[in-house]
Formats: sequence, C-alpha cells, structure tokens
Amino acid sequence: MKNYYIKNRFLILRRFTQLGILLLFFLSNCSLITINNKEHLIFQGNLESFTKNERNLAIANTKTELIAPPILMGNLSGSKILDFLPMSDPLVFLQVFFAGGAISLDLFLGFLVIVFIYGIFLGRGFCAFVCPINLITDLANFLRRKLKIENIRFVVFSRQTKFAILALSLFLSFLFGILAWESISPISMLHRGVVFGMGMGFFGILAVFLFDLFMLKNGFCGHLCPLGATYSIIGAKSLLKVQYDLDKCTKCMNCVRICPENQVLDLIGKHSGFVNKIACIKCGRCIEACDDDALHFNLLNFKTKKEKK
Amino acid sequence: MNPQRRRTLKSITQIMGLVSFGGLIWSAYLAEAKDNTQMLFPPAARDNFLSTCIKCGLCVEACPYYTLKLSSSGIKGIPFFTPRDIPCFMCEDVPCVVACPTSALDKNLLLTNNKLDITKARMGVAVVDTFNCIAYAGIQCDACYRACPLIDKAIYLEYKSNTRTGKHALLLPIVANDICTGCGKCEKACVTEIASIKVLKHDQVLGKMGTNYIKGWDKKDEERLETAEPQKKKDSKNHALDYLNEESL
Ligand code: SF4
Ligand code: SF4
Repeated sequence: MKNYYIKNRFLILRRFTQLGILLLFFLSNCSLITINNKEHLIFQGNLESFTKNERNLAIANTKTELIAPPILMGNLSGSKILDFLPMSDPLVFLQVFFAGGAISLDLFLGFLVIVFIYGIFLGRGFCAFVCPINLITDLANFLRRKLKIENIRFVVFSRQTKFAILALSLFLSFLFGILAWESISPISMLHRGVVFGMGMGFFGILAVFLFDLFMLKNGFCGHLCPLGATYSIIGAKSLLKVQYDLDKCTKCMNCVRICPENQVLDLIGKHSGFVNKIACIKCGRCIEACDDDALHFNLLNFKTKKEKK
Repeated sequence: MNPQRRRTLKSITQIMGLVSFGGLIWSAYLAEAKDNTQMLFPPAARDNFLSTCIKCGLCVEACPYYTLKLSSSGIKGIPFFTPRDIPCFMCEDVPCVVACPTSALDKNLLLTNNKLDITKARMGVAVVDTFNCIAYAGIQCDACYRACPLIDKAIYLEYKSNTRTGKHALLLPIVANDICTGCGKCEKACVTEIASIKVLKHDQVLGKMGTNYIKGWDKKDEERLETAEPQKKKDSKNHALDYLNEESL
C-alpha cells in the first residue's frame, strides 16, 4: 500500500493543494450569526433558511468570522492571504487593463506576486496544483480510461487555439469594456461557486466535463483555456522542469500516454534533456507513470551547473 | 509545398475560423449580458464598475450584514444588493469599500477631509410610488421616514391638507434626490405588500434640467444670468428655403 502513495505522490500532493485552497476560500466565507441567543453557522452567505413569513430573521444581526483573520480571502480571481498579501489572477489583471478599468495598487501587486511565483519557479504549475477545473478534467480523463474511449474524439483542433482565445478575450475586453473571459470562464464559475454559491454556473462546469469526456481528450485545458495560455507565457522561463534520462528509458511510452499535454514530451526516446515546452503543466504524471526512473523534477539551473563541474 | 508547411497553414486557418465563430457568439453574449446596469452596486462603485470589478467577492465577505451577493444573472459574479431583502446599513467604516482590492469600489468617492463619509455614497435614489403609498391615501404612516439613516435630510415629510375630508393632514414622504444615498432602508421598512418606495439607479430616475433654465429668486442661480451669452437660434436661411425641394424634412 505504501507503494501506492509513493507511486502517486504528485497526484496526492495536487489533490491536497487544489482541495485545500478551495477549502480555505470556502471557510473564509463561513460565519456565525446569533439569532435569539442561538449561534448558527452560515456558509456561502446564504440566509435563506432564516426567512419566515417573508421576514428575514437574520437581518441586522451582525456576523462573526469563523476564523479570523481568514487565511485566504476572496477567490482565485483576486485574494488576500491573512488579510495582507494580495494575489490576483494574471489574466484578470490583463482584462481590467484592456477593458479600460482602473488598475489599483493591490491588483498590480497581486499580479506581481503571481508573476514572481510562477515566472521563476512553478511555470504552468497553476493548472496542475491550483486550478479547480483540473479536478473536473482529470475525472473526465479517468472515465475515458475506464470506459476505454481514450482515443475517441469528435472534434480536432490545434493546441495553439488557446493563444488565439487569449488574444480574443483581451480584444473583446477592450471592445466591450467588461472582463470578457471572466464573464464566461468555467474556472471562475467553479471557484466562485464553491465560495459564494453555485447557481447557474453548474452548467458551465458540466459543459467542460462533457466536452472533455466525449468530444476531445484534454479539450478544455489543453486546447481552449486562455488562463493556461497566460501561465504558459508567464512561466516560459521558470526553473522547475521535468528532466528526462534516455539511458534509463525503456521506451514503454507510459509517460506519453498519461501526459495531458503530451506534445511536450517529444524528446522521449530521442535524447536526454529537459522538458522545455511551455505547455508542460508540471503535474508530474509522467514521473509517476515511469517505472524505469527516467523522469525527474528538477530545478533547471542548479542541476546544469552541477553537471558542468 | 512541403507537408509540414501545409499542416501549419491548415491549422492556422482552422484556428482563425474557430476563433471568429466563437468570437461572434461570445460578443453576442457580452452585448446581451447587460442586466447588471439596473442592479444596486455596493457604496462608492465607480463609473466603469463593470470593467474594474474582478468578482473576487471580498466586499461580500467584508459586509457584516450579509447585504451583498454576487449576481447570477447578466454578467455573473458582480456584487449587488436587494434592499427589500437586506438593505445597506451604511457602516461608518465602510468595510466593503476598504476590502475592495481593485478600487472598483473607490474610496476617493467617499472622502471628506481625508475621512470616509458614507453619506456621500450614491448607490441609487429612492422614489415614492405616490399611487400606492398609503400616506398619500390618507393613512398615517412614516415607516420609511423613520427608517432613513439621514432622517429629515434624505427624506422628509410634507404636510398637506386632505382635500377629501377637509380637516385632516396628509404626511407625505418626499425624497431629496441629491442627499439620498440609496441604502434602501426605506424600501425594507415600507409596509405595503410590494414596497411603495423603491431604490433605483440614478439614470432610471433623474432627469436633467439643462443650463437654459434658471431658478428664479435664487441668488446663486441668478448669477448665471450675468455671464450668460445670448443664444441665437442659428437657422440657416438656405435650408429654410430649400427643404421642401430637397425633401430633407
Ligand atoms: S456599507 Fe456596510 S452594510 Fe453597506 S454594503 Fe458596505 S459593508 Fe455592507
Ligand atoms: S471587492 Fe471590489 S473587485 Fe471584489 S467583487 Fe467587490 S467590488 Fe468587485
């Protein structure tokens, strides 16, 4: 059994961070409210259960935070750690800029924090370790493997489409003066839904699931998502890379089969080196899938320096 | 043509096709999704609110009264409130505005002598439905007047004799449009089945006088007369003669 955990260590770590972040966001919008000397737990700000005879019993009863200060406030579009350090979604930042909105200091600082973290270290790791849609698309991929429909696809289009959609969302933001991608993003629907209540956003998420399951493998994240494209660009020169060792490889191709962006593994079976393509989401699936120890995470620069000695 | 180049060209055309098709549907959606313009936004929402708010919900979390919600119609995720459910309580420290990371809720709109002043908020403006308001029907009621945080300033009572009885008074609530913050406490308090006083956005309520009118016997406004240029109506003579012939009427 221990073997299972080691074999899936990155998968477990990813589920832990993805769910942990959602949980922290969720908790920060949980609160206690006292009505008639009784404390009630409120989550997602939903007071509906306190409506009696069209009167809202909770009105004007002030709330107390469940955890104060909340560790992670807001949602993935914009958040604050411990009510202090801002983080903002880089694509949201760009959209505000193009939509002609006002760029505040917090929004800009939050953007810098993200660019720093992902630009220097994690690259497109956001997609694998933070983005909640990854849970949905991984589920679709899992079912594909179980249902043996892995290679069925109804539509085919280029993986570069996401960059075109990125450009389009900025252009439409400029044209309409509203955050174009934010208005339809299933990612936002999901994380906002968890914190503030789902509503109709459920259908957007279902659409992504069905699209990935029946239409195109890794259709949303691999081909369409402009946020993934943004993180690709930000993390183009990031340090964390997957390293491949040709000598150990037995060319079983397990890694290529499992990789959600398998075009980045074009060096497999050809030459040793780093996975340098910007689309790599650093999920570590290939490393786990490899039974021959040919793949590793590596902080690019440290290793190359050592090798030179 | 080599196959590699053909493939690239093919995929570029494909992307362009896909993107323009998707872009059309997307634009149609964005152009339609304008419901939000009638929603009441949190205090100090700036003019280009929809292009600056990032839908993070920090304001929603900051409000101690559960007033704010994120919209699920129009452009989803925009914070708004429904006064008949929960009005804005006009907190003196305005936690929602302080929490906003983007200045979509703009502190500067509330500053008086460098201090936050919630009475400068203009979330909307209350309007009385004089047809259904029971005070206009001659029944004594001052629920909205009593509920107003700016009582006697944003809303006041005007006494008028009841012409039906000839001996009673009507106590009519009147809203001062320039002072009302649009918090909606009046709408919440209204006793009629559907509130007869409602908060609406400014552009749904307010008219515009234009500069050509001057309030008589108002010293300040009359000063404008001294600097006013006489405006001549610039009728073009030619036009007046030709319009019948040219059918440009
Ligand atoms: S002023 Fe206070 S009550 Fe009104 S919306 Fe802001 S936080 Fe809520
Ligand atoms: S805090 Fe500001 S940016 Fe965030 S949802 Fe509220 S108004 Fe929008």
